[in-house]
Amino acid sequence: MDNSFLNTRRDLQIVSRLIEPDSRILDLGCGDGLFLAYLKKNKNASVLGLELEQQQICKCIANGVPVIQSNLNRKLDFADDKSFDYVILSHTLQELENPALLLEEIVRVGKKAVVSFINFGYFPNRLQLLFTGRMPRNKSLPHEWYNTPNIHLGTIADFQRLCAEKNICIEESIALGSNWDAPFGFGHNLFAPGCVFVLSS
Amino acid sequence: MEKSTEKWIVEEKDFLLPEPLLLDCGKTLNGVSLRYETYGKLNADKSNAIMVFHALSGDAHICGYHSPEDAKPGWWSDMVGPGKYIDTDKYFVICSNVLGGCSGSTGPRSINPDTGRMYNSDFPVITIRDMVRAQHALVKSFGIEKLLAVVGGSMGGMQALEWVVNYPEMVRSALPIATTTQLSAQGIAFNWVSREAIKYDPNFKNGEYTAENVPDKGLATARMLAHITYLSDESMGRKFGRGLQKSENYSFNFDYDFQVESYLEHQGRRFVERFDANSYFYITRAIDYFDLASRYKGDLAKAFAKVKSSFLVVSFTSDWLFPSSQSITLVRALLKNKLEVTYVDIDSSYGHDAFLLEFETLGAMVRDFLDNEFKKISENS
Repeated sequence: MDNSFLNTRRDLQIVSRLIEPDSRILDLGCGDGLFLAYLKKNKNASVLGLELEQQQICKCIANGVPVIQSNLNRKLDFADDKSFDYVILSHTLQELENPALLLEEIVRVGKKAVVSFINFGYFPNRLQLLFTGRMPRNKSLPHEWYNTPNIHLGTIADFQRLCAEKNICIEESIALGSNWDAPFGFGHNLFAPGCVFVLSS
Repeated sequence: MEKSTEKWIVEEKDFLLPEPLLLDCGKTLNGVSLRYETYGKLNADKSNAIMVFHALSGDAHICGYHSPEDAKPGWWSDMVGPGKYIDTDKYFVICSNVLGGCSGSTGPRSINPDTGRMYNSDFPVITIRDMVRAQHALVKSFGIEKLLAVVGGSMGGMQALEWVVNYPEMVRSALPIATTTQLSAQGIAFNWVSREAIKYDPNFKNGEYTAENVPDKGLATARMLAHITYLSDESMGRKFGRGLQKSENYSFNFDYDFQVESYLEHQGRRFVERFDANSYFYITRAIDYFDLASRYKGDLAKAFAKVKSSFLVVSFTSDWLFPSSQSITLVRALLKNKLEVTYVDIDSSYGHDAFLLEFETLGAMVRDFLDNEFKKISENS
């Protein structure tokens, strides 16, 4: 199996480290299903993916990963409360129409939810906006403002505030760089390009 | 069965049920016979068997030709055959004509062994579950303990679902396509009007018609109505539009002017050559009565409580006869039981018929799904 995607996705390495063996896992926006296939094989997980794109679903089927075609802008009403050990939402939060609604849903459906996203508060983003006067563009944010799927970009501090507002408990927070990770601490909203949060209700 | 370079010739066979068949209506049928075909070879541990089910107007002949003179191959030859998506070089595929059918299996036009005459309206009302009970005996006769997969579209999907619910230990995976867990009011309504059209054909005579005077007008009308439900506004618009058939101007009479009228007329005419009116009555009634949740006080999830199979559930975006929402209802019930489920709503404009026409998109998914299910057997052993 091709696991090379893990090299470029440090957040997924962390997610996989956080997940206990033999868990039942739901991955929202699971793409080609390779990450779930990896967890199935290496963590003996029972997995389910949600994905919208038909081409990606075909790949999931070929990769032996059960997947439900669905968008993420609705409630996850197919799933009972706490029917999954983990719900994963990796690099997808910023694409949702209603991120707050889905956050509430993932802590309802999952005993734990693991969320990773790009930190818009990372200082090069701030500098780009400050000095060029234009929306930041870089390797993690390659789109123009008018065609980006990232319609709800936020910072780590924004995310923490939303969790507090929704009474969502942050169990763990990890700041990520391209070759480092650390428990979230002072200054990381400025210096961490990405992050992983473990949430529960 | 031989693969020739020209035409792949396949053989029809008959299976006589060893025991009388007890039906949902409480009656018993004696001497039930199923017409069936098989393709490919059953492997040594009998783990590569796939049962395919046909829809309302189908038959046991999925692929290949019955004779070198045969003009057309079986009804799902795009999907099933040597090297096809359901690869008969790899799998052993079985399909039988349903109980109540008119393509070789026991049905209303069969001879009642008790009276020596055709059953006609004396044939008991059957259900999808009764069809599956008869198939179960056929599968057992091969010594197969567990089917690799049960596959079917439309009414075929209903049979696939009855299989997993009734014989949960015997099905490794199920592929219900363009189907539902209960026929909707709209579906019942169309079946009713179809049967009414047959009933008011003077030849019908409450089902006691002779072979010389069959209710072909009524049956053709029923088929035309049903055929519309298999298409979509978009697919009809694209295929026919308002195109005229015979001339460039309206005829100003009520003969067919439009291409779509001529097409339906042709479909109706062809259908009566191969299908029987009484079978149409009995099979549509079986579809009407199909409701998996009803045996579990309306709790669909409970119907699947003993099921362990993996599922590939497929619907089509433009199917308004068995709309995607009905497949989603199925998927939810399966997920409640924490079963391994994949669900795809294939983007198509072909309507309900998409399950026969979108064979490239559907086929690749079916092929890969079956491949993984088949691999699981060797991984587990």
